[in-house]
Parts: sequence; C-alpha cells; structure tokens
Amino acid sequence: MSEDASAIAAAVRSGEASASEVLERHLSAIEQHDGELHAFLTVLADSAREEAREIDRRVAAGEDPGPLAGVPVALKDNLCTRGVPTTCASRILEGWCPPYDATVVRRLRAAGAVVVGKTNLDEFAMGSSTENSAFGPTRNPHDPGRVPGGSSGGSAAAVAAGLVPVALGSDTGGSIRQPAALCGVVGMKPTYGTVSRYGLVAFASSLDQIGPFASSVADAVALFEAIGGHDPCDSTSLERPASMSLGRLGDGVVGLRVGVVAELLDGVDPAVAKRVREAAEVLAAAGASVEECSIPEVAYALPAYYLLAPAEASSNLARYDGVRYGLRVDASSAEAMNGATRAKGFGPEVKRRIMLGTYALSAGYYDAYYGQAQKVRTLIIEAFKRAYENADVLLGATTPTTAFEIGSKVDDPLAMYLSDVCTVPSNLSGDPAITVPFGTDDLGLPVGVQVLAPALQETTMFQAATVVEDAAPPVPTPRIGADATDGGERAAGGERAAGGRGR
Amino acid sequence: MSTEGWEIVIGLEVHCELQTATKLFCGCRNAFGDEPNTNICPVCLGLPGSLPVLNVKAVEIAMSIGTALNCEVRPSLFHRKNYFYPDMPKDYQVSQYDEPINVQGWLELPEGERVGIERAHMEEDTGKTSHIGGGGRIHDADHALVDYNRAGVPLVEIVSAPDMRSAAQARRYVEELRAILVAVGASDGRMEEGSLRVDANVSVRRAGTYELGTRCEIKNLNSLRSLGRAIEHEADRQVSLLESGERVLQQTRHWDEESARTVALRSKEEAFDYRYFPEPDLVPLAPDPGWQAEVAARIPAMPAERRKKLVDLLGVGAPNDAQADQISTVVTLGLDRLVVAATGAGVEIGLALARSANEAAADPERAREVDPSAYAALLRMEQDGKLSATQAKAVLADLLQNGGHPADIARRKGFEALGADTVAAAVAQVIAAHPAEWERFRQGEDKLQGLFTGEVMKATKGKADGKVVAAELRRLRA
Repeated sequence: MSEDASAIAAAVRSGEASASEVLERHLSAIEQHDGELHAFLTVLADSAREEAREIDRRVAAGEDPGPLAGVPVALKDNLCTRGVPTTCASRILEGWCPPYDATVVRRLRAAGAVVVGKTNLDEFAMGSSTENSAFGPTRNPHDPGRVPGGSSGGSAAAVAAGLVPVALGSDTGGSIRQPAALCGVVGMKPTYGTVSRYGLVAFASSLDQIGPFASSVADAVALFEAIGGHDPCDSTSLERPASMSLGRLGDGVVGLRVGVVAELLDGVDPAVAKRVREAAEVLAAAGASVEECSIPEVAYALPAYYLLAPAEASSNLARYDGVRYGLRVDASSAEAMNGATRAKGFGPEVKRRIMLGTYALSAGYYDAYYGQAQKVRTLIIEAFKRAYENADVLLGATTPTTAFEIGSKVDDPLAMYLSDVCTVPSNLSGDPAITVPFGTDDLGLPVGVQVLAPALQETTMFQAATVVEDAAPPVPTPRIGADATDGGERAAGGERAAGGRGR
Repeated sequence: MSTEGWEIVIGLEVHCELQTATKLFCGCRNAFGDEPNTNICPVCLGLPGSLPVLNVKAVEIAMSIGTALNCEVRPSLFHRKNYFYPDMPKDYQVSQYDEPINVQGWLELPEGERVGIERAHMEEDTGKTSHIGGGGRIHDADHALVDYNRAGVPLVEIVSAPDMRSAAQARRYVEELRAILVAVGASDGRMEEGSLRVDANVSVRRAGTYELGTRCEIKNLNSLRSLGRAIEHEADRQVSLLESGERVLQQTRHWDEESARTVALRSKEEAFDYRYFPEPDLVPLAPDPGWQAEVAARIPAMPAERRKKLVDLLGVGAPNDAQADQISTVVTLGLDRLVVAATGAGVEIGLALARSANEAAADPERAREVDPSAYAALLRMEQDGKLSATQAKAVLADLLQNGGHPADIARRKGFEALGADTVAAAVAQVIAAHPAEWERFRQGEDKLQGLFTGEVMKATKGKADGKVVAAELRRLRA
C-alpha cells in the first residue's frame, strides 16, 4: 500500500476512496507491524475512525473536507492532544492528558487529516536513537537490529514502514532530519517561527521547531503548508512567507547557486559523503552552479548547542515537580517530594542534560558557558548569512553515519551527541533544512542528503530537494512494514512525486 | 533602644499588581477574591507545551508608571528567574532582569525631598499557598492548598534608591507612590488585599559617615503601620548589634506583626542562585517613541500637581496641618476634582475640603463616580442655608448611593430649609424655656451656645441651619 498523502487526499476528495477505507488499511498495517517496530506509544483507532467517518460524511454532503482529506497522520508524543496521553516518553508524564490540542494538531484536523496515534521518541526529545524512551526503543524498519535515529524515531519509522503516509516530529538539534535520513524518508525542519510551537512540549525553546516526515518532498510540503503560518498563541511565530507555494515545486534549479559545505562532509562516513557528492552532480546536471564552500564556524555548533539546549531544558523541565500533574513521589516536604519525583520520573539522559544546563547557567559560570555559547550562536548566524551571499542553497550530509546498531552508543553520550553534528547548525541559525533519501551505503542502509536554505526561503529549498529526489538512487523496501511482503526495491523518487509509487 | 548618633538608610521595593482585565501572559481574568482555581488556563498553570503572549495593556500601564516616576522608558527584555516553589507553576518566574523597561527616575515627596527610582520592571505574580490543618503554619500543617488564580497576574516592581532616612519618610514615600499608582490607573492601592506589597532594605551607619552598612531585606510588610514599625525595629536591632561590637549579617528577614520583630529567613550564603537567562518564549519588548508618546499623553495630572492646585485655591500660603491632611486625603482618593467642581460653583474651599475629605472619602469608590456638578450643587445648597449640615450629609449619602439631583433628594426626604422667621421663633422658645442658662450665656459663657443650638435642632427636627441659629443667638445676646 504505502500511499502518498497527496494521492490519498485527491482520492478521498473526489469520492474515489473513502477516508474510512484508507484508515482501516493503515490501522491494520499498524496492527501487523508495530509489535515488532514499536513506533507507536498510543494508537487512537476509535477517535481516528470517528474522524474518518466525519470526513466521509462531509465529502458525501458536498463539503470541502480540506487539502489533507482522509490522510492518516501520526504525531510525535511531545505534541499535546486533548484528552489523549502525551508522555514525551517519560515516566514523569505517564498518564497525563493535556486539556488542549497543540496548534499543529488543530490545523491538521482542520485540513482534513486523521490522527491515528502518538509516536515514540527519546525522552523529552533528548537523544539521537529513540533508545532513551522510557517505554522501550523503536526499531529501524530497514534493519530491526538498528536504531531509527532520534529523537523523532517513532514518526520516522512509522512513515518508512508505511504505517502512515506522513507524520509530525520536532527538531531541536536534528530530531526530524537525522531519523528521517536513517530511515530513508523525507524530513524537514522549517524556519524557526514558521510553525507554531504552541502545544509542543518544550525541550529547548529557542531551537525547537515542528516539521513533517513524508515519503516525498511534495507530501512534506503539503504537510508544512497545513501546519505553518502565524499563531497568536506563540510570540515567536512569524507570518507565512508570501513566496511559499506548492505550485513552484517543479520549477527546477537552472541558475541556482549551490554551495557544498566542506564542514558538513568532514568526518562523515565516506559512503555517505559519496552520496552527497552525487547529489551535487545531480543538481549541476540540472543546471545549477555548484561550488564547494567552507563555513568554519560550523565546527563550533555542536559544543555551543550542548550548552544552550541543556540550559533551556533545565528551565523548561523544572515544572515537572510533582505538584500539579504527572508522577508524584510523596515525601516529608515539598522540596523532598520534588526531588524524589524527579529522581524517579526522569531517565539518565534527561538528568544529565538538566545538570549540564543548570551548571551552564549558574552564577560564576554563566559568562563562560551560556554567555559564550550565545556568542558562538551569533557567529554561526552571521557565518551562514555570509555563505548565502554566494549561494542560494547549501548541500551537505544529514548524518555522519547511516543507522547504527541498537545499544552501540547508549553508554557513550559524546559519540551519541556527534550524530547531530550536521543538523545542529541549522537549529542554531534558525534556518530551514530538509533531508532527502539518496540511495544507500554499502550495507544497503539509507543515506540522507541535506539541503539547507536561508530563513524563509523554503520554496527554493523544496525546488532543489525535488530535483535531488527525482534523480535519487533507490532505497530498498524496508524489512518491516506495509511494503515488506512486496519484495523488490522502491521506485525512484520522481515516480513517487507523480503519485504512482509501489501500487 | 535609641538610634541616636546613627543614620538609618532605607530603600524600598514595592510590588504593584496591575489593574488589567486579564493576566500578563494569557486571557484569564485578573481578579481578587474569586473562587480558588477558577481563573486558570494551560498558560498560567504552566502546562507542558503552553506559551506566554504578552498583555499589551500591562505594558502600557508599566510605561505609564515609568513616565509618572520620571524614568527613562527603554527597550527591555524578559528573563526567567529559576527557583522551585509549589505555587509557581513553571518553577521559574518571568521577570525583567538587566534590561528593565523603566530606569533611573525619581519621586518627589510632598515635603519636597526626592527619592531616586532605580528601576520599575514588569514580572508575573505567583499563586498563593494556604497551609491547612496541624499547626496551620508552613512547617506543621497537615497539607497545603494552592490557588493559582493569582499566578500570572501582572506586577510592576518599583525599586527605590537607598535614599530614605527614617521610617516616617519611608511611609510617606509609599503613600505618595500609592497615590501616583492610583492616579495612573495602575492600582487600586489596597495594601490589605496585597495589591501593593512592600519589601524594605534597611541598614545603619554612624551619623556623618558615608559608607553604606550591611543591609537586611525585610519581607511581609502588609500595611504602612507594619512598614514603619518594622523599619524602626530593624534599625534598633542593627544599632544594638553594632554598639555591642557585633556585625550585621546580610539577611532576608520576615516581619512578624504579632511579636513585633523581624526573624531571619535566610542569609546571603543561602540566597538562591536564580540562574537568570533571557526568556526564549518572548521577543524583546521595545516600545517605539510613538507608542511611548501616546501613553505619556494619556497620563493624568500627578498628585503633587493636584495638591498644589488645591493649596492655590485655599489662597492662604501654606495650609495648616488639618488642611494639608484634607488635601492629601482627597488627592490620594482621587476626590480632588469634586473640590475643584464645588469651588468652581462658588462653594467655599473650607466646606468643599471638609465634605470631600470626610463624608465623600468615607465611600471613595462611589464618590469617584458621582457627578461633580450634582456634588457642587449640594454643597452650594448647604452653604446657602437651604440645607442644614446634618441634612446635607444625609443627602450626600443618598446621592453617592443612588445618584440623582440633590434638590430632588432633599425634597423627597422632606428637607426644606426653615425660613428665618421660623428659626427665630424656635430660638425664642428655647431661650424662654432656659432662662438661667440664657443669663449665663449673656454673661459670656460661650460654651452654652451648643446647648441652645442642640435644643433648637431638636425642636425643628434638625431642619434649622446651624449657622442661622448661631447668628440669631449672637444677635439676641448683643
């Protein structure tokens, strides 16, 4: 099955297919495969069926059910859903049901999408493998012995395995793009501020951004269009840029200036670097002018990120104190109760980052750590601006390696942190970036190529990504998932965009 | 204990709850005394995923306060002040730190001294904890209940320079500040409801020296009386420590009203590390000059200016103490426009001040709403002898309660001024009934005038005008 979101919406809107049939196919795929994959923490079969019936009723009544009519969508479990558990894969929030929906959830429903479930993640989105989930890891559909990446590993795996056509994740340091690359799907981090964060449980507020997972650039764009735009509930949200439009996706890259960033290839696995160079050749062949470039400041992004993100996290996560919601471990005083609750409720990685961040903000250390990291962030923003004087988009690896084995990095936080080395710079700069699957390494594991663009230049980024996608070498069908029994290889991306993949 | 030979140095931090319709970062009602936990939402409860949106009205009020306190109003930032307390939903308070919206102003006390204002910054209030059962205090209660209605209510914290030198001066500063906050519409000025909360920084030094002594911060000052007593007590404590060769430790101390002493809460070493950093969920707040000018243009006349206007109306140079008190009262309560309206209608300033500072001031909220021309007409009726003082007070009470026109109210109440003949007849009757007293009065025993006036009032059921009675008595005696 593995249907395109665009094809599903077109079929449902025209009455050719019903939202309920589409949903049942996906629910049974989840039923069949998620036991092994563990992409979902909650499956919302009943409410999804109700939502699908409502879409079908509206189609029958001649109403417009929206551009994503009947498209099943999965949500990372750090997006608030009214009356539905939102755990952030943490014991500290187990059983908590928000009294409100995140803005993106309201917008998806308004666009006609059907919410089928909440996906697994690293606890509070802190991690690069989804192994930090308090409810057990998610597996990579291409190799169940390997991680799907993280922190949005559940959403990435669910889309890769065809359990849903599209999903939402959040990207603070690469948490959409890295798992998308490791699972062989498209993943995008929008410009900071273009998608409302209202209802996204905060990890690092100045870096967090919600974005789509999809099996094609076109579907990612459709999802981004549905969730983006100004939200009065988020003070950092921006007006939707006027230049952005789906209609210009196929405009090509003739005359486009592409910079291949040396620092986004340094230290990257040669098999991955090779794919990035091939993608650069694809763009050159399509009429872009491609040049190597260097942004030395990018080398300082990771250390700056691992001060700023934990600093913000240490404050954002202070509210899990046992007083109002979630876990409470009783003790003799409020302070003791707070300590005991947090000791029991948080996993080791979350505790590590809270401690790092608390230290970075402490009196006497602030200037040396948090203050210094903010200065580095400013340098990185300026460095990207300079790079974009000579380039319209930049190209690099999404991840330094392909999917690694479960357990191989859990005891080495620094090695795990390095998984984000190519994605973190865009979070610090606030600029958009997208990863497109581009063939495999020698082991047959998916490789992602990352296209970066200046703030609010998503349209240009999508155009370049579409050209890369159209010429991408195939990614094998995942071993786990809706297509697995078909055998054989997936068709190339160009056919996907046309809506004819694998059926 | 005497503080003779010592100088007390006082700086005050005043927290003012802003009178906005809604809270600082959400649309919840900002109201005192509602059913607990009814004015709450995901934002002011700090639920996961919620985000703050700044209340523009609160910013305008903060700018008004800064402007009224002669501050520079400037681009500012919000920070997070991180610490754990169960009534603080996010376990950090959104406040302004090193870039507050108002800096470097001053406030002039009625006597002319200036107190520097270091800053007046915006922040959110916390919830309220009640300790229930057991001993009912924080350490021995069975449990604690938290009301989050107050969480997220907008505050402006006004930090003075250490410019005050006595408890009395500190009280006058708070009184004047309160009058200013009421005048700009920032506050209802009710200290007893916590609308205004004061912390005092107190230190002492040998008279004639300049180096500041070690200070203590005193919290829980819920009234002007507490403020004055606490400062005096704290200064005594510090002087006696220093005179006996001990040191003052930098501490935060709690004023205990019952035992009338301050108790140490925590020392400098135990002070919290608040780990301030810029609030990433809000954007910098930079009011443009146009907006600032618009807000400044809407600021009404300040208390000092309004007091001066009343003093000018008195026209006697410096007012005496009683007059100064009356002027201060009507200005603080915002009733000076009634005085101005009444004198404009030809009412003597003395009568206008007396009725405004006493009868009207007894019900200030209604008095602020009353039609000034009706108020002026009433006082004019009293002055012209159409109503006795007692009658005028009764009509005023009715006017404040129900509105309307004083002449109609007087008619309804059956208050008609007695003609001079009727009064004269009543006086004659009373004199006839008290011949011995009349003789003593004639010999110069002036205090008996009260007796005769009282008897006339009794006979006329209070309808006679006291002034007319007095005039008649004087005429007959002469």
